[in-house]
Amino acid sequence: MDPSKSRDSAESTRVIQFPNDVLERILSLIDSHRDRSAVSLVSKAWYNAERWTRRHVFIGNCYAVSPQIVARRFPNIRSVTLKGKPRFSDFNLVPPNWGAEVHAWLAVFADQYPLLEELRLKRMTVTDESLKFLARKFQKFRALSLLSCDGFSTNGLEAIATDCRHLTELDIQENGIDDISGNWLSCFPENFTSLEVLNFASLSSDVNFDALERLVSQCKSLKILKVNKNITLEQLQRLLVRAPQLTELGTGSFLQELTAHQYEELERAFIGCKNLHALSGSWEATTLYLPVLYPACTNLTFLNLSYAALPSEELAKLVAHCPHLQRLWVLDTIEDVGLQAVASNCPLLEELRVFPADPYDQDINRGVTESGFLAVSLGCRKLHYVLYFCRQMTNAAVARIVQNCPGFTHFRLCIMKPGQPDYVTNEPMDEGFGAVVKTCTNLRRLGVSGLLTDLTFEYIGRYAKNLETLSVAFAGGSDRGMQCILDGCPKLRKLEIRDSPFGNGALLSGLEKYESMRSLWMSACKVTLNGCKMLARQRPRLNVEVMKDEDMDDGQSYKVYVYRTVAGPRTDAPSFVHTL
Amino acid sequence: MSPPLLGVGEEECQSNGTLLASSSSLESVCENAELKEHNYMGLADRPSENRSVVPTVFECCKITLTLKATELRLGLPGSQSPERDADFCAISSAKLDEKPLFPLHPSNDGHYSSQKIVVSGNKRGFADAMCYASEGEFMANPEANVVLSPRPSPNLGLKNCSGPESFGHRPAKVKEITTTQIAPETQPNDGSGRNIASAPAPKQQVVGWPPIRSFRKNSLATTSKNAEEVDGKPGSGALFVKVSMDGAPYLRKVDLKHYSAYQELSSALEKMFSCFTIGALGREMLSESNLKDLLGGAEHVLTYEDKDADWMLVGDVPWEMFLDTCKRLRIMKSCDAIGLAPRAVEKSKSKN
Repeated sequence: MDPSKSRDSAESTRVIQFPNDVLERILSLIDSHRDRSAVSLVSKAWYNAERWTRRHVFIGNCYAVSPQIVARRFPNIRSVTLKGKPRFSDFNLVPPNWGAEVHAWLAVFADQYPLLEELRLKRMTVTDESLKFLARKFQKFRALSLLSCDGFSTNGLEAIATDCRHLTELDIQENGIDDISGNWLSCFPENFTSLEVLNFASLSSDVNFDALERLVSQCKSLKILKVNKNITLEQLQRLLVRAPQLTELGTGSFLQELTAHQYEELERAFIGCKNLHALSGSWEATTLYLPVLYPACTNLTFLNLSYAALPSEELAKLVAHCPHLQRLWVLDTIEDVGLQAVASNCPLLEELRVFPADPYDQDINRGVTESGFLAVSLGCRKLHYVLYFCRQMTNAAVARIVQNCPGFTHFRLCIMKPGQPDYVTNEPMDEGFGAVVKTCTNLRRLGVSGLLTDLTFEYIGRYAKNLETLSVAFAGGSDRGMQCILDGCPKLRKLEIRDSPFGNGALLSGLEKYESMRSLWMSACKVTLNGCKMLARQRPRLNVEVMKDEDMDDGQSYKVYVYRTVAGPRTDAPSFVHTL
Repeated sequence: MSPPLLGVGEEECQSNGTLLASSSSLESVCENAELKEHNYMGLADRPSENRSVVPTVFECCKITLTLKATELRLGLPGSQSPERDADFCAISSAKLDEKPLFPLHPSNDGHYSSQKIVVSGNKRGFADAMCYASEGEFMANPEANVVLSPRPSPNLGLKNCSGPESFGHRPAKVKEITTTQIAPETQPNDGSGRNIASAPAPKQQVVGWPPIRSFRKNSLATTSKNAEEVDGKPGSGALFVKVSMDGAPYLRKVDLKHYSAYQELSSALEKMFSCFTIGALGREMLSESNLKDLLGGAEHVLTYEDKDADWMLVGDVPWEMFLDTCKRLRIMKSCDAIGLAPRAVEKSKSKN
């Protein structure tokens, strides 16, 4: 006994005194920031080894920490991912000039991380000045990705193209951008060769095609190219023959009229793209020309048709050529028939997103229904991610869907009319979502909709033990609903609620919870200023921010944003944001 | 008799404005869409003319009757469906930026028993609109105007993404009407079968709902217009007509709604038929003043068949009127268009 005991203690001390070089070497192979966070908690030595070896830092809420704190802890960062505004800002629920400016971060990085290579921003405010600063100060800068950001214009992009000599990635997606001209593309130097990713699909100005063609021919490592709507089919053909190595392609508009010869050439160009595994495009398609894509679809794993309003027949023909499809994004113009075609042709499908082509249309005979969803669940047993916008749903259908596909990790169902019940039984959708949380034990993200009582939330609290993100709108009956969530879901990180009758009681029931979460958003609920003040007083390590809704007359229309932070209250808050 | 009637009508009008507004916001079936439009073409266009309102409303009433007769309802035909009223209770105090459709309340049945059949759902207003009209007092009712007028184009809010903005001015008006007369309506209808949680009222156009990113919303606005082109189905946004060209082996179809002026149409057609050389057709503005020159030199002439099956020269009437009357297009050879030219020339002469 004794020798083994002493051997054990010797073992344990030996592990801790593992040579730093070796430890750091091993830890440098770990990429996942969650794993790294876990590693840093083991011991002081491991914490230090981890912080010295970390190259990429992910900051899910830019106000949860300050750039100085980040720089102090991690001296060797080369890549930063920053997320700013609350998600509901995508839907105009956050007034402009709210904050999340990247400049303060860049200023610190210029000092502490002069060798910064990658910057990925989501829902941040980026100005042209910031972009110019970025281009000037970071000599090794390589990759810029902007998703759902705002505050800049194409002038800022000019600075990036001109000054970033080693740029490999320029990914501009769905931003609130001031699109002045396409001149930025012409700003790439003559002998520029390093680009690997170029995505300007969401920009609307014309770019100089010759400059683009030259860029594409010179950048032999170009793997991802997503052009904007203005690129015609003829131009696309010329690009494709110069870049047959593409793995991801975003086409331009499919509207051009082609001669037979041009059609053949385009077809041949697509046949030449043997490595294509992702296809997207802003296709105002005359479906005459969709068949040119067929040869390129054999190895397709991701098809994004969410900007192409295809009718069901055309989609059916297209997916018949995509047997390996794993992710599909479509508009609901394909209707249930289209989804049935997907079910028959794509057994490997894992992710489906169906967006509404006409979100404000009340005509229930358009778009997709529960039967389309059901069909997909029958044909695609690997389905685990769904975002589904529909105008009608039933509890029975939802229950059957999750029975067919119990592996759901992301279940986001949006019945577009707020507070709409099961259209067959006229009952709330409680049982449907109850079935989801009971059956899908791996559920990490849930978006609920339709008519829902507190019972839904009871179910979620009781069964959704792996739930991390929950979005609630126009649902619930009383404080009890929200309380069930806060009491029940141990892994909850993000909770966003709008237009639901949860008040101070519900808000304060989460006192123990909020510091283990990233954030809580509540708008148009029954929370009052006093409730928020109470929360703020009891939890100094949370920022409790209140925005008064200018449109509403009654005194209770606050938007509340609560998040944990080690950086204290915001120093850059605009006048309409009050930190309590 | 009239003043008390008016008094009753006003109150009912106000409350019904709410009721009907609410019911339309709750209805998931858009069966009413066409009807709404129809009504408002009659009512909104000529708000001050009593006479013209009457026949339109009568017509609409007839349509109402037909539809209502076939519609599946929960209650007995002719009864006010209590379920709906219960909904109204729940939401009456909430934000109603709904389009107030038929503000006139039907429950003054005692006076207008002949209209009882039409009493249910959104169509109540017609009964009373008709009744009031027959009394010659319809437009004299100021309340009706207040509620009716803020609804010039019923589908605008539905179709366009500028929903919140276009409804901006309405909430104020509807709210005024909302606050009065709700209590007596709601009490008898409380506790009906509908299981409504105390969730806020479903708005027609809610800020940030459905949850779609602005970028995507804006792209969809253009995509949906083109989708109808792609489908070939006549969605309410598309107007496809055949275009034939003399000597061409096949016809084409164009969506007239895609263009906003003759110039755009002619250049589009020129592109489409470029292989068959339209010539001067596309280059000049198809206005009355240019017609003479055009016909003088051009190889082809653009004509259209109107509702009366007459072949007309394109360019005479305002664009909007052209959209209404055009059934198909034909690109004629000038030599064949002899019969048309004098008429056009005469017109341009008379204008000059």
